[in-house]
Amino acid sequence: MTFGKEKGADVIELEQVGYSYSGAELFGDVSLQLAPGSFHFLTGPSGAGKTTFLRLLYGALRPTTGRVRVFDTDLAGLDRDGLALMRRRIGVVHQDCQFLDHLPLADNLALPLTVSGRDVTAEAANLKELINWVGLTHRADARPPELSGGERQRAALARAIIMSPDVIIADEPTGNVDWDMSQRLLQLLVELNRMGKTVVMASHDLALIRAAKTQVQTRVLRISNRRLQTAGADL
Amino acid sequence: MSGKDVKALILGDAQADRVVPPTGFTARLTLFASGAMAFLAVFALALSMASGRLATRWADELARSATVRISAPADQMAAQTEVALRLLRQTPGVASVRAFTDAEQAALLLPWFGPDLPLDDLPVPRLIEVIETAEGFDAAGLRLRLQAEVPGAVLDDHTRWRRPLVVAADRLRLLGWISIALIGGAMAAMITLAANAALAANRQVIEVLRLVGARDAYIARAFVRRFTIRGLFGATVGMGCGVLGILFLPQVSDEGGFLTGLGFTGLGWLWPLVIPLLAAVVAFFATGFAAHRTLRSLA
Repeated sequence: MTFGKEKGADVIELEQVGYSYSGAELFGDVSLQLAPGSFHFLTGPSGAGKTTFLRLLYGALRPTTGRVRVFDTDLAGLDRDGLALMRRRIGVVHQDCQFLDHLPLADNLALPLTVSGRDVTAEAANLKELINWVGLTHRADARPPELSGGERQRAALARAIIMSPDVIIADEPTGNVDWDMSQRLLQLLVELNRMGKTVVMASHDLALIRAAKTQVQTRVLRISNRRLQTAGADL
Repeated sequence: MSGKDVKALILGDAQADRVVPPTGFTARLTLFASGAMAFLAVFALALSMASGRLATRWADELARSATVRISAPADQMAAQTEVALRLLRQTPGVASVRAFTDAEQAALLLPWFGPDLPLDDLPVPRLIEVIETAEGFDAAGLRLRLQAEVPGAVLDDHTRWRRPLVVAADRLRLLGWISIALIGGAMAAMITLAANAALAANRQVIEVLRLVGARDAYIARAFVRRFTIRGLFGATVGMGCGVLGILFLPQVSDEGGFLTGLGFTGLGWLWPLVIPLLAAVVAFFATGFAAHRTLRSLA
């Protein structure tokens, strides 16, 4: 199943990708191109493989069949160090966003800078601005376990974009927050998309997807019956 | 590990050092294991060095002296002794020779026969002490000459009983080194276990670090550096205690023999300083091995 190629050089390209778990096919024959600056929703029933699909996009999993190319590089050809360097260009937000619980929030958000060897002190102004952008200035010194669900999601988003990645992959970022917070997170992702970032967001919240479609041009992908399909206009 | 990684490991990185949370149990285990092992290593080192000194002393002292024993009828004893002395003085490699006096021989036999030994009435052989030069003499050649010119003379160069003593001391020294190697191995095993426990307990930390683009070398370094420092610190304390223990041992004395000679002499006191460094090296490699194995399995 192939989806039409979008304009510009693709940031992520899947070629007849399939993934099986313990011999059972989760999905197969997926071909897809994601252009720079595009916004994609990934939806589907629970257990359809949305998280697995997203993990394939940033090399956390290897496909059983087919090829995944990110920034024109076949992930199969990358070793662990190569994958690590590639991930610095992809911001990932999980539903159960994990942090280093012993570090203050500000240090957690600076973690991508730390691991890439950049001078955190020199980036202090940017970090402060980012914390302010996600509305967590008053929580900068708090430890992650002290944060609410919505604060954790916003913090995870801030951490994902601090390196100014080309792609943002968000796995059900609004899964554990109320509607207002979902709207706020969506607004942040839309702003990032308007800055030229490619966004792929898994969500089963159709109301949220409809709300997004009023603000930004999106494509909705649906995993169903082990196949990736484009969702219809009925959304 | 690249040169940059090694430099970062030695110099440290305040930010990177903080990514791994302090883990009480593994920290205490590493400190205790390295401290205890360093303490034992000091004694093993002292044993090895003391037995080494003993072997050298026995080898040197006994190798430089020999004895010629002359068993002859009483009327020929003085003549054969004179011939033997002359022959020995002419032998290359002999520094000095001296026949024991009757009083000296009586003193030698005193422990066995008591103070009133009538030496004149007993066929006691005459003993000649031979001191060798540094080059030594040809024992086989000397034996042949003595056999030809002094029929009652027997050369004893102490080889027969000196060799097992030297071998025993050498074995003791080897035992000391084997102990040090075993101590190092045991320490490596314990630190590996502690590192594995720390890595398992910090699985979430590793996942987060990978998610934000940390290379394996960075993650491994954070653990390796912490365990290396713990190993170094624990071993330094253990070594200090061990050296204090050695200092409080009784001083060297003839009466105490080998036991009171257990310790270090002169520059030998510097050797224990090597132990913490070796412990750090062991901790470095043990943790590095554990970290890379765990990171591979989590990939």
